[in-house]
Amino acid sequence: MNGRIIAFCCEHSAYPAADLAGRLRLHYPESLRVIRVPCAGRVDVIHILKALEKGASAVLVLGCEDGACHHITGNIRAKERVKQCNVLLKEIGVDGRRAVMFSLSPNAPHKFVRVANDIAKTMKESREAR
Amino acid sequence: MARPFREILEAKSFVVTAEAAPVKGSSVSKTIEHITLLKDKVDGLNVTDNQSSVMRYPSLGICLLIKEHGGEPVLQVTCRDRNRLAIQADLLFAYSRGINNVLCLTGDSVDVGDHKEAKQVFDLDSVQLIHLVHTLNSGKDMAGNELDGGVDFCIGTTATPSADPLEPQLIKVEKKLKAGVSFIQTQAVYEFDELKRFTEFVRNIDEKVKILAGIVPVISAKMAAYMNDNVPGIFIPQHLIDELAQAPKGTGIAKGIEIAARMIRQVKEEGVCDGVHIMFIGREERVPEILEAAGLL
Amino acid sequence: MEEIKQAMALYKKILVAGCGTCVTVCWAGGEKEVGILASQLRLARSAAGNDIVTLEATVERQCENEMVAELKDKVAEVEAVLSLACGSGVQTMATMFEDKPIFPAVNTTFIGMPEKEGLWVEMCGACGDCYLDRTGGICPMVRCSKGLLNGPCGGTRKGGKCEIDPDKDCAWVLIYRRLERQGRLDLMREYYAPKNFRAVKRPGKIQAAKA
Repeated sequence: MNGRIIAFCCEHSAYPAADLAGRLRLHYPESLRVIRVPCAGRVDVIHILKALEKGASAVLVLGCEDGACHHITGNIRAKERVKQCNVLLKEIGVDGRRAVMFSLSPNAPHKFVRVANDIAKTMKESREAR
Repeated sequence: MARPFREILEAKSFVVTAEAAPVKGSSVSKTIEHITLLKDKVDGLNVTDNQSSVMRYPSLGICLLIKEHGGEPVLQVTCRDRNRLAIQADLLFAYSRGINNVLCLTGDSVDVGDHKEAKQVFDLDSVQLIHLVHTLNSGKDMAGNELDGGVDFCIGTTATPSADPLEPQLIKVEKKLKAGVSFIQTQAVYEFDELKRFTEFVRNIDEKVKILAGIVPVISAKMAAYMNDNVPGIFIPQHLIDELAQAPKGTGIAKGIEIAARMIRQVKEEGVCDGVHIMFIGREERVPEILEAAGLL
Repeated sequence: MEEIKQAMALYKKILVAGCGTCVTVCWAGGEKEVGILASQLRLARSAAGNDIVTLEATVERQCENEMVAELKDKVAEVEAVLSLACGSGVQTMATMFEDKPIFPAVNTTFIGMPEKEGLWVEMCGACGDCYLDRTGGICPMVRCSKGLLNGPCGGTRKGGKCEIDPDKDCAWVLIYRRLERQGRLDLMREYYAPKNFRAVKRPGKIQAAKA
């Protein structure tokens, strides 16, 4: 694992939030890479698995709050796919926490930062435990 | 020696049969005790065939023991474990040893039993089985070959008067009656009206067949709930479950016997059918109490 | 997954082969599922410090010699093949590439259809002696859990559910309702003689007549 956190950010919610966090000079882990997607629903199981294969310690999928999806059900699909990933990872003995979905609104830079920092901390602790 | 069941069906106005369940093992001493206890108190003694798909000593074996001890056995044959060759062969053997009453059943699924991975046979169903016995009775096997030594079975079958929906079940009962049966032992009945409706339906098609109402004593509300969920063909109504729940602790069996006896008396007094078939599995030694409470001894 | 991991334990380079027809439509073994399974295997093996190289390929039908032949080069490169096709596809591969161990990655269960999205139900048992004309189009062999021809059995649960599973319908109750709706209950009242279970002598074989 290379310690990187891959964050698939929906351009209607998480991406602007991440952008705002940057402009406000809020701290989030350097290891976090933002990948902008038109909707969290664009992210599929294989993208998450491949990100983990390439060495990511965790994959975040960040989309709109319930009912606020610009594409109506994209965030719901994303949630189900992340859940499916958790199952597939468990099947092969991989920590299911390494794939997580969060909802947030575009004007929530603090939430973005909190989520990013939390997952980095969890992954660091689990690395140290081993 | 016991009186042939076929004759009793013709002669008696109220016929009583009971069931003896074989044990899981080669030890027959307990079963012989039950046989000895019951053989003279009932007109026929059924022996179940891997009942509820739980592997046990075979019906055929216990029927032989019943014969040996002077009782009148009713061999139960299901379609779950044997194909048409094995069933015909077993029947030839049974007849040759003096067992001449057979109850034709489909059989429970292996899923309800203790060998859940077994292959279910169901080469035949119960209606086809009834036809098969008639064929053997006529001196031929199912393939049309002449038998060297025939058989003459008294044929019976089961029915589920409380099935829901009822109409498909009745269509099947009609097929069984058209195939020709001398007696029907129903699944457990707890509602008198259901029994009446069923016997009326049967009488419209066949006036001669003898109907024996199934009596299965229930000894606790918990057992009733369990049976409703897990035993195929059993539907115990809420008011009986409530009555059982209200029985004081430790009186469950007595209550169950009381309810069963009450049902039997009602059936007899109202003359709604031709008798009863008592199934008190695991408690065969208490069957005489039911008979006594029902005024049958 | 455990079985698959075990089966692949000895191999360092495999082909994960999908099929574009039946297993694709029931989301078990198409191109997408091949990608996911291959990724899972790579992740699992990498975590165990025993990397595996996986080639991926999906053909239109794995039960067709000409299509399977297209995989010749890829098969030559690997030690074993993990096939997500049905049993027919796996065996076509095994016959075509007799020197290569071919492993099944799915359990082929039934011939069915999607009752609704994501829910497949069994419809046909390939018994070779069809009764659908007599049962209003409902198969008594596989939709009745006991395969009865003169059903129902006495074990039907309240509301017309099957003895073995309260979530499954009693096929004979379904047949009753279908025939009643069509005014053809006389078909259900008929006696059906014992089935010819040797209508298809396994292994089945059908030769088309020459023109």
